[in-house]
Amino acid sequence: MANRWTNTLTERDVTPEAAFLNRRQLMAGAAGLGLVGMAGTARAAQETLEPNVWEDITQYNNYYEFGTGKEDPAEYAGALTTKPWTVKIDGMVDKPADYALEDILKAMTIEERIYRFRCVEAWSMVVPWNGFELADLLNMAGVQSGAKYVAFETVLRPDEMPGVRYPVLDWPYVEGLRLDEAMHPLTIMATGIYGKDIPNQNGAPMRLVVPWKYGFKSIKSIVRITLTDKEPPTSWNKANAREYGFYSNVNPEVSHPRWSQATERPLGGGLFARRVPTLMFNGYEDEVASLYAGMDLKANY
Amino acid sequence: MTAFVNRINSAARNVPTWVVYIVLLLPALFLVYQAFFGGLGRDPVKALEHELGQWALKLIIAGLAITPLRRFAGVNLIRFRRAVGLMAFAYVCLHFAVWLFLDVQIWSQIWADIVKRPYVTIGFAAFVLLIPLAVTSNNWSIRTMGPAWRKLHKLVYVAAVLGGVHYIWLVKGIQIEPLVYMAIIVGLLALRLRWPKRATA
Ligand code: HEM
Repeated sequence: MANRWTNTLTERDVTPEAAFLNRRQLMAGAAGLGLVGMAGTARAAQETLEPNVWEDITQYNNYYEFGTGKEDPAEYAGALTTKPWTVKIDGMVDKPADYALEDILKAMTIEERIYRFRCVEAWSMVVPWNGFELADLLNMAGVQSGAKYVAFETVLRPDEMPGVRYPVLDWPYVEGLRLDEAMHPLTIMATGIYGKDIPNQNGAPMRLVVPWKYGFKSIKSIVRITLTDKEPPTSWNKANAREYGFYSNVNPEVSHPRWSQATERPLGGGLFARRVPTLMFNGYEDEVASLYAGMDLKANY
Repeated sequence: MTAFVNRINSAARNVPTWVVYIVLLLPALFLVYQAFFGGLGRDPVKALEHELGQWALKLIIAGLAITPLRRFAGVNLIRFRRAVGLMAFAYVCLHFAVWLFLDVQIWSQIWADIVKRPYVTIGFAAFVLLIPLAVTSNNWSIRTMGPAWRKLHKLVYVAAVLGGVHYIWLVKGIQIEPLVYMAIIVGLLALRLRWPKRATA
């Protein structure tokens, strides 16, 4: 855990206390991984990210199981029962089992991660997630040596999810990551926002957050995690392979076939908010570009 | 039934057409009000763009419904057809303006989007087709153009279909609502086909 990622600071964090914290994180990094990670860390820490307000984050969601409108999830997701919750971890792991969420949480360290969130529809937010690194969970289950990918599945409950009556997607929603992406310290399982329990419309009780990929990769309300040696199917790719690739890394140079990804509209700025340029890997280039060294990012969109 | 139709027809005769313009303007005014004072949710730009697009398509459909309503139901609202058509065009213009000034904003990206994004291309084509129709929606044009006027205004059939395709194409995945709009448009156009007369026994 030496290569833990250090959080990006916010304006309110620019205080002596935060400076102390940040130095501590830097030292932890120095003790462990070394210089490559640190350079990125130092740069990321200089930047300031102001999180969106709670209402932006919780009343503007894509969660098609509750309807395709942006306000549908906030309106209908209340019906989802999230207690009790179990996550099946299976496939190429040492300890396949149905894990109760409480037991998982007891073993994990929850921390705050303020991340940019970039939707494939070209809007964006900044979200102060609370969660733990996915790597910690996978290590708990014991990843076997042949595993190369991680597959995820969202809960499917037609009684509680009015949207699944419509064949917008092939339910249940499924997603996947390459193992190294899943083990990356930026990749987290979020269980909270702004220090509160994560609301259902945001993917309660536990969702993935992969900040350098388009939002739809960050699958919500996870009930199953499977380690495999084959690239797992992913929902949007199944629906339209030409528009949504397995990787779906944020990339301003690779357009969606139906719209440009060069710029984005940050939410929360009202009617006259300006568009801003989209950053390579959503601003996490220093941290993750090496995962894709030598890969053609146009072909592997 | 006929009594009911007659009631509608005589009521319609007493409504001046300017009332239709005013009434159809109200949703736009309300949307602008909401956009400024909240009520369009967390992303007012998209909401405005979507609502105006929906109104544009609804009014195009309403305009297409007027002729079949008279033919098959005897309800005569022909007097209001111009008002409905021009207001549909006004909503398309507002929809386009929101896209231009509030959504895309970046001039270099605007033309690129029109050319490269099929759903924008199609919406834009529909908009362009409607311009000559809006320009000639007046008595003088009808008089001077003669039979060419009716021919020209058949373009609205094409614009309506393009508007429907635009909507189907822009949503992610398969969604019901745009398909319903399209079905209504196709239905209204089908009613205009002249079926070969069958010999009656
Ligand atoms: C006859 C002309 C047009 C009609 C009837 C029309 C109708 C619509 C409708 C019904 C929607 C979807 C609303 C919703 O999702 O609730 C829409 C969305 C949209 N239209 Fe149009 N439109 C027209 C022309 C245009 C033009 C000229 C442009 C731009 C050049 C345009 C750009 C868009 C965009 C960008 C969206 C939203 C896409 C998104 O979700 O991001 N439309 N339009």
